[in-house]
Amino acid sequence: MSHDPWLIVLGQAAEPASRTPLYIIIVYMCALFALGWISSRLFRGSSKDFFVASQSIGPFMLLMSVFGTTMTAFALVGSTGKAFSLGIGTYGLMASSSGLIHAACFFFVGIRMWSFGKKYGYVTQIQFFRDRFESKGLGYLMFPILVGLIIPYLLVGLIGAGNYIGGVTAGMFPETFSLPDKVLPSGKEIANPLNGSVPAWLTGLVISAVVLFYVFFGGVRSAVWANTFQTIVFMIMGLVGFLVIAHGLGGLEAASKKTLEYAPEKLSRVGLMTPAHFMSYMLVPLSVGMFPHLFQHWLTAKSAKSFRLTVVAHPICIMIVWVPCILIGIWAAGLHAEGSLRVPPLPNGNPNANAVLSAMVKTFMDSPVLIGLFSAGVLAAIMSSLDSQFVCIGSMFTNDFVVPWMGKDRFTDKQKVWLGRGFIVFIVLITYVISIFKPTSVFNLGVWCFSGFSALFPIAFASVYWKRLTKAGVVASVIATTVTWSLFIYDALGNKGEKWFGESHAGEYLIAGVMPVTFICLASIIALVLVSLATKAPSQATIDRFFPTKG
Amino acid sequence: MKKFVYALVILMAIIHQDIWWWDNKRLIFDFMPLGLFYHALFSCMAAGLWALAIKWAWPSDIEEWAEAEAEQGGEQ
Repeated sequence: MSHDPWLIVLGQAAEPASRTPLYIIIVYMCALFALGWISSRLFRGSSKDFFVASQSIGPFMLLMSVFGTTMTAFALVGSTGKAFSLGIGTYGLMASSSGLIHAACFFFVGIRMWSFGKKYGYVTQIQFFRDRFESKGLGYLMFPILVGLIIPYLLVGLIGAGNYIGGVTAGMFPETFSLPDKVLPSGKEIANPLNGSVPAWLTGLVISAVVLFYVFFGGVRSAVWANTFQTIVFMIMGLVGFLVIAHGLGGLEAASKKTLEYAPEKLSRVGLMTPAHFMSYMLVPLSVGMFPHLFQHWLTAKSAKSFRLTVVAHPICIMIVWVPCILIGIWAAGLHAEGSLRVPPLPNGNPNANAVLSAMVKTFMDSPVLIGLFSAGVLAAIMSSLDSQFVCIGSMFTNDFVVPWMGKDRFTDKQKVWLGRGFIVFIVLITYVISIFKPTSVFNLGVWCFSGFSALFPIAFASVYWKRLTKAGVVASVIATTVTWSLFIYDALGNKGEKWFGESHAGEYLIAGVMPVTFICLASIIALVLVSLATKAPSQATIDRFFPTKG
Repeated sequence: MKKFVYALVILMAIIHQDIWWWDNKRLIFDFMPLGLFYHALFSCMAAGLWALAIKWAWPSDIEEWAEAEAEQGGEQ
């Protein structure tokens, strides 16, 4: 096959590209509809079943749902794009550290949270915090902040899906979705590489609708079923896709040697990141300990023993998904430097990192059937996170906002489920509209979102290990996190003049050479500890309730 | 043994910072960059560490407490 991307682009202008991949994606979406319908048959109609599947999920499904939930566009589209720019260090930044930190969060915090959920009947994280800190008001403070942090996470999924499908369907509909030629900053005019592709607004609309469908009818139970199915799909298709791309490049050795020849800097970390930058990234995976959607998945576990498989297998599952993505990313860097891979450019003329994976698939997979199956796998990874996040925001709205405000007897169980569904649609609409107008780097957006959750993690950790932690300490920590996170994100993304705190290096915003999460976490911990020590300790009854004595 | 497991977790966090291979571009098996290979191995070691944690540091007291008769009815 010819690997000259310019010829591919010219070919698209002459005749539409094969639509077979798109048909396969449509069949996959129909399969998800069917799965959603089948799992909804098992829905027991109660809010407890809708929100935590009546705590009936066993080890394998818990692993698949927790792993599928943590892997989103960030893992496939984002990691490939980041490895394209930052090289192999990307794996150490997020994947290997997550193998250690995520599992630590499950082991040290998740099991305890599950035990409180089981004992006291919690459905959401905020319900636990309300009881633990004897404060209804704390829930009202945390609710908008947690929902606000989930929105960028949802955006990661929608933007990633739009970018990926745009790249892979380029040339399929030259009449319907034609795009004008692109003028590069150099003044050179090129045919738009995304001409004739399915636009991002349509991709976002379809995947939101499919996920909404199965979440609506079966709640978290459907999400768990769909996650299990989709996680298996994206793990298998990811490996198959990787091998096919490697074959298209003349084998694993030939592919890596090209990178060694044309982009050798991507094979190490020197010049791309510093040890301090690398080390500070270890704080980012702490976010899983505070993700409300993950908390909800923990609560679905049938027993504490269900966690065992998740704790052990999670690092391996991450490795299976991330290593191929990193290799594809560094191979793409070599090919791009050589001039044999064209990545759709951003308005500033730089290659769009979000489009690297689709460019590799489109260029080096011969078979439209394989492209379709691989693309279904990418969408599976994205949707397996969206579904949990959708259920979670509905659950939080109902249980953490409406019920405490209006009283638990104000609504029937059925009405509670419908309230949750209504709020899900509202948030999805907002996110969808933002996703159309604010396309940005999937990886960087994900890191900002995770940084906010990471800075709130000390609250989760201290709430199960530190008896002296007080409500005022938690409020101070939440405020410190919100203020520092907002200031830094504005400085990084919104401040067009001279930066106040940090500087951009290789596409990353760093403060004193480390990730902003370092300072956000520091502010959070200092506020948490100092204010807790300075305020009245929780009542003995609360301490007895959450720190049961052994035996 | 619990303390040993906790010490291993800290040790793993330290060896994650592999500054000793920071600028090494060697390809293992002719295709896998050394830095990536090391961190893939690190993932396997992390799985092993958590298997040990389950064996030696499992919070059975918490598990038993939670699985005893549930007492619903806090704020909720």
